[in-house]
Amino acid sequence: MAAPSKQKNRWHIAVFLAPAVLVYTAVMIYPLFNTLRLSLYSEIDQERIWVGLQNFRTLFGDAIWSEQFWNALANNGWFFVIHMLVQNPIGVALAAILSSPRLRFSAFYRSAIFIPTILSFVIVGFAWKLILSPIWGIAPGMLDAIGLKFLYQPWLGKEEYALTTLSLVSVWQYVGIPMMLIYAALLSIPDEILEAGECDGITGMAAFWKIKLPLILPSIGIISVLTFVANFNAFDLIYAAQGALAGPDFSTDILGTFMYRTFFGFQLQLGDPHMGSTIASAMFGIILIGVCIYLFGIQRRLRNYQF
Amino acid sequence: MKTNILKGVLLATTLLGATAATAQQAELTIESWRNDDLAIWQDKIIPAFEAEHPDIKVKFRPSAPAEYNAVLNSKLDAGSAGDIITCRPFDASLALYEAGHLADLSGMEGMSNFSDVAKSGWSTDDGSATYCVPMASVIHGFIYNKDAFEEVGVAVPQTEEEFFAALEAFKEDGTYIPMAMGTNDQWEAATMGYNNIGPNYWKGEEGRNALIAGDQKLTDEGWVAPYRQLAKWGDYMGDGYEAQTYPDSQNIFTLGRAAIYPAGSWEISGFNAQADFEMGAFNPPVQNAGDTCYISDHTDIGIGMNAATDSPEAAKTFLNWVASSEFSTIFANALPGFFPLSNAAVELEDPLAQEFISWRDTCESSIRSTYQILSRGTPNLENETWNASVAVIKGDESPEDAGKRLQDGLASWYAPQQ
Repeated sequence: MAAPSKQKNRWHIAVFLAPAVLVYTAVMIYPLFNTLRLSLYSEIDQERIWVGLQNFRTLFGDAIWSEQFWNALANNGWFFVIHMLVQNPIGVALAAILSSPRLRFSAFYRSAIFIPTILSFVIVGFAWKLILSPIWGIAPGMLDAIGLKFLYQPWLGKEEYALTTLSLVSVWQYVGIPMMLIYAALLSIPDEILEAGECDGITGMAAFWKIKLPLILPSIGIISVLTFVANFNAFDLIYAAQGALAGPDFSTDILGTFMYRTFFGFQLQLGDPHMGSTIASAMFGIILIGVCIYLFGIQRRLRNYQF
Repeated sequence: MKTNILKGVLLATTLLGATAATAQQAELTIESWRNDDLAIWQDKIIPAFEAEHPDIKVKFRPSAPAEYNAVLNSKLDAGSAGDIITCRPFDASLALYEAGHLADLSGMEGMSNFSDVAKSGWSTDDGSATYCVPMASVIHGFIYNKDAFEEVGVAVPQTEEEFFAALEAFKEDGTYIPMAMGTNDQWEAATMGYNNIGPNYWKGEEGRNALIAGDQKLTDEGWVAPYRQLAKWGDYMGDGYEAQTYPDSQNIFTLGRAAIYPAGSWEISGFNAQADFEMGAFNPPVQNAGDTCYISDHTDIGIGMNAATDSPEAAKTFLNWVASSEFSTIFANALPGFFPLSNAAVELEDPLAQEFISWRDTCESSIRSTYQILSRGTPNLENETWNASVAVIKGDESPEDAGKRLQDGLASWYAPQQ
């Protein structure tokens, strides 16, 4: 291991690093690179052969593949936009309300809002499917009770609403995470700063906008990146609610379901690990670019305040 | 060094464990997507087999239907799949055979109990090798609520015109949803819609073979006409059918809220257990009275042997037993609605199942149009057919456009259609 030298043999470093490195290599690094490698091969007559970038050419150049890919990417983009516009502002607002010292039962609200996050997506998908079901669901009945029955639509079955509906279900499930992170950030703001602001006449809402919000911007940045990565890796909720064909008419198809269908096959469609890996590599690239834009474009401009 | 010793010890113990197990008796594991049938396999089929062959232990290990193909392929590639493999018909299993995962069973004595049509779902394109024992087929048709038909005073429809008259009568009456079907899960629209009524229009095997040979196109009248029928179905399905799932439809019908259910015969045992009204069945209505009727009698389940099994002899013994009439009788009566494909005569006790199987005598049988050869390429014709059937029912696409889209997709990769 370590080269013999004047220094002491520091083998213990390798020993202590080994478990984490080995596990991480086995379950993350190796599969990742193997996926990237697989995307450069294709199978012809039961034999795996090297095709270079041909798979990517098919994915982006062939009308049938590229149409599905761009559809999935656009849907994924919309999925992300809804999360950014709905989940994160609500999360910040909830955290701001919860951190108010005058709020009673705040521990209860905090737990209640966080609980959906720890539920399985299968339960969430199934429960919401039932709630929104035109046949057994409580949604039509509740709207009827307040005289708004005409607003009811079979949302999950209509192309124009299905993706937005599912995005909102996902927002409902995960709103607890930005709330908790922002809540922690808000609690770490020292009272002295707020009191100093009060002396200068900044109180109430102004204190939030002018003092607290700038101080929690780094946390909001982290949350945005986490949302981005989670959304572009999303698969579970769509699969649980709409199946691998991501109906109606692929209107809820996101990169995750597209990849699953291609990689493992579906019904009569046989699995194609090589095209599947190609899509997975494209997803990896998209997430990598997104994270890089954040890191180099935004993170470095954020100022960190030391107290 | 230490890890090597540890590895060696671990390896040795697993090897010892494995040999100890095989020395006693052969154990077979069955891979299947029929998790609904778990109880029947465990309580009826496996005990019957084990009584005859006490030296072979059989375990039934099903996974969820929608995931079966993906799960099975991964297991086979990883070498952890069971000894006996339940075979999907056509390409999924053909690919497994070509990849060397399924053993060739052509020479097995039990195979002589099956006709070539029965074997077609699990034979190579030239018919030279058969790799799964045909187990069961399913027949499409419509199951109806007899009480509802009596109450509203509707006769069982024989022709297209009578069919829509019946639906219209139920719609006017308002007590029952005329037809229980949804489009949320998509496959019902294609399987229980398009491929159910379609054979009457494309004339069963004649049209299907012509399509494979490239003599007919999906834009021909015989292939577009079923879409024209489907386009009229939307009016008679329940409120919000766009978000109605397959289990929703089953429940609506068995709760007695709907009159007609476009069905596959596999529903029979479930419906018998759930519904407390009398049910009947009618075959897909013909265009004009007196026309020859065609039905979809689809080869659906086969069973084969994992080529990498540790106990091929035991597996073959089991498969030969599956090919016997003893198995057919147990299976057909335990699961009314899955009709055995073997030539041996089998007595069916369930009246609804008898109704379905009686169509084999009066109508011409065919299989689903998209299953053989035509779903090999991208875009996948079967998946596209799901999509098109839903779009046509919802009125998002005209029948002619749907036919054209499917034809263009098929022609893009299938040489005989180019």
